[in-house]
Amino acid sequence: MTDKTPTRAPFTRRAALATLGATGASLAVPGLLPGLGGTAQAQSGDPIKIGFQVHRTGIGAAYGRWYDRTSQAAVARINDMGGINGRPVELVSEDDGTDPKRGAEVLEKFANQSNCDVAFGTLFSHVVIGSAPRAAELKLPYFVVSEGHHVASGMLNRYTLQPGITDVKSQVIAMAPFVGDNLGKKVTMMFADFAFGHDHRDFFSEAIKEQGGKVIKMIAIPPTETSFTKYFPQIPQETEVLYHVMVGPAVLTFVKEMGEFFGPSRPEIFGYIDSLEAVSIDSPGLEFLEGTYFWEGNPRYAQTDQTEFDKAFREAVGVDDSGASITDPADVSTYAHMFGCWETLNVIKAGMEACNYQGPEDRQALIEAVEAMTEMPASMDHPQGDKLFNGKTHQVFGVQYISKVEDGMLKVVHTTSIEDGFYPDEVDYTTQPF
Amino acid sequence: MTAATRDAALHLGVLTLLAGLWFVLPTYHSGNLARIMVLAVYAMGYNLLFGYTGLLSLGHALFFAAGMYGLAIAMQQGGWSAAPGFLAGLIAALVVSGVAGALALRTTGVAFMIVTLMFAQAGYLTVLYFGAITRGDEGFVIPQAARSLAGIDLTTPANRYFAALILFGAVFLGLAWLVRSPFGRTLIAIRENEARAKMLGYDTHAYKLRAVILSGTISGASGAAYALLFGYAGATFATVQYSIFPLLWVLLGGAGTTIGPLIGAIFMFYLIDLASGVTDAYMLIAGVVLVLLTLFAPQGLAGTLRNRVWPWLP
Repeated sequence: MTDKTPTRAPFTRRAALATLGATGASLAVPGLLPGLGGTAQAQSGDPIKIGFQVHRTGIGAAYGRWYDRTSQAAVARINDMGGINGRPVELVSEDDGTDPKRGAEVLEKFANQSNCDVAFGTLFSHVVIGSAPRAAELKLPYFVVSEGHHVASGMLNRYTLQPGITDVKSQVIAMAPFVGDNLGKKVTMMFADFAFGHDHRDFFSEAIKEQGGKVIKMIAIPPTETSFTKYFPQIPQETEVLYHVMVGPAVLTFVKEMGEFFGPSRPEIFGYIDSLEAVSIDSPGLEFLEGTYFWEGNPRYAQTDQTEFDKAFREAVGVDDSGASITDPADVSTYAHMFGCWETLNVIKAGMEACNYQGPEDRQALIEAVEAMTEMPASMDHPQGDKLFNGKTHQVFGVQYISKVEDGMLKVVHTTSIEDGFYPDEVDYTTQPF
Repeated sequence: MTAATRDAALHLGVLTLLAGLWFVLPTYHSGNLARIMVLAVYAMGYNLLFGYTGLLSLGHALFFAAGMYGLAIAMQQGGWSAAPGFLAGLIAALVVSGVAGALALRTTGVAFMIVTLMFAQAGYLTVLYFGAITRGDEGFVIPQAARSLAGIDLTTPANRYFAALILFGAVFLGLAWLVRSPFGRTLIAIRENEARAKMLGYDTHAYKLRAVILSGTISGASGAAYALLFGYAGATFATVQYSIFPLLWVLLGGAGTTIGPLIGAIFMFYLIDLASGVTDAYMLIAGVVLVLLTLFAPQGLAGTLRNRVWPWLP
């Protein structure tokens, strides 16, 4: 009988060294020699690379985990539909540590090492603001999902856009009529003494004034505070509405101590769900929230009039009807914000298709294509609801939801119109040169 | 070869190497090196106080942030151009380090660490408190158009790299000279045995105060350069994390060596950059490597080289 097994060449030391050398060179050269690493022209089958600046560590980690899941699901859907311009989409994820310095470094990595076509994803404002100057210098379109007012304020640049989530100024302006008409005119604000809290302080106090109301007391709480009992006695007796915006883990203590302070008689209470994203509403200590109101960017609990888009979106990202992971009910999502990643990726897709994007040389055309967008109707691409994009300010405007805590669940009691959140343009990025 | 010639050859060789790397490194790595050189200036400032004077500060982020905000506020609010803005950054860091040093030096040892830490925390909260000017934790952007010096646009990769190199080179050579000068040798004498230095007639408090001010001003120069070259100033840079970074860079690179801060800054940057490409738990890898280095090279990389191979290493 003849042995048909192919003969393997003896594995000598010289062969091993040659193999190692060749492997090492092939790995090292693209990374280390100038000009060879990543400037090769994209081929038709090459993936479109989207650099995903994700908060995996640091204060934004809870958001980052869900932003990641949502983005992966959105990319999987886009690829299932044939990708973008016939090319598959690849998400290149890098942790920014929720740190502006690392954020800027990550953008450089996307542009100069990973050869990403665009960058996307950031939530925390300081990371966006720290990274955006580099995006402009690198001429890398930077799509943020931050809800900060920094894009529409004109602080940033033509390469930075926010087409997937409404900014905080618009959210607050849209909320104010509901607060003034239904909860009360005399408002006391308690807010974290951070820039995010200051945005609420400034925008809401202006907006409620237009509703005939008034902020009668502003109580800024230092970010290092762990107990809040000394602040509650500062709330004036005549307060009709307590408006709270807190951040960080101390929010649970804040709510518990607020409940202990007021007891059964309390003013109406309105807060931003940002404080309680990724936290279960029925957590011990949060019972006091029953009957209070929250802003939600997207309703955490599936509502009775849930759209087919919301239903399919929940299924795609692995979230149940109470806003928690379908595999772990204790893992509550950041549902009020994470839709922004899904919608932004669909805007990138639409923009690339509109300008027939082929490679980095079309980045400017991509920005112009997105700037030309206006109406974004509710659909599977925009499951949160209708949107209107303002190309001049690079900011999208959408509907907002006000929910009331009833039986330990958030029930939507009011949905604003897009127009409720309009304010005059503060910048026209389209006049800025590339 | 005399010690002075060897020192000069080493330092000029390092600078020549850094200048040459611009022409061979790909864009990503040359961009990283520009950032690393700016941060190495911060580490060198820290090294003067910790490595040469023996004072362990946990509050240097205060000086880095003073330089950063000194420049950024002067440019953003005052409309100053880059050169006077940079000077404003230096003056801010000088004044802040002078005041903090005068008060903190009333303590020694662990108390000095705690007092400097508290000063830095107070600085961080001050940045937040004056949010109307500083934009608090969000920070603010320094417009691209304003970031030019004597008509040179500092936002292009080449100009940024060489601006960082010039700053690094000036501080690198200046400190190399300083630590060999009578002033530097007095600082080393204080580090080794302050009581003996005092007995020899040196006013050690005055020397230490000068060291704090010089160290703080160099750190401030780094902060101002960071804001100018990378276009952002934010409260994050005033947090305790940014007080720990220069300590790590100096410990890893080699405290009390002129080359150590650069080596430490490069090492830490690429340790995190490469490890983050391998796993999400990259900080665990970084932590393990740091523990191993501390166990097996307690003098840092340059310190170990000096102990084992090149005893002449300055």
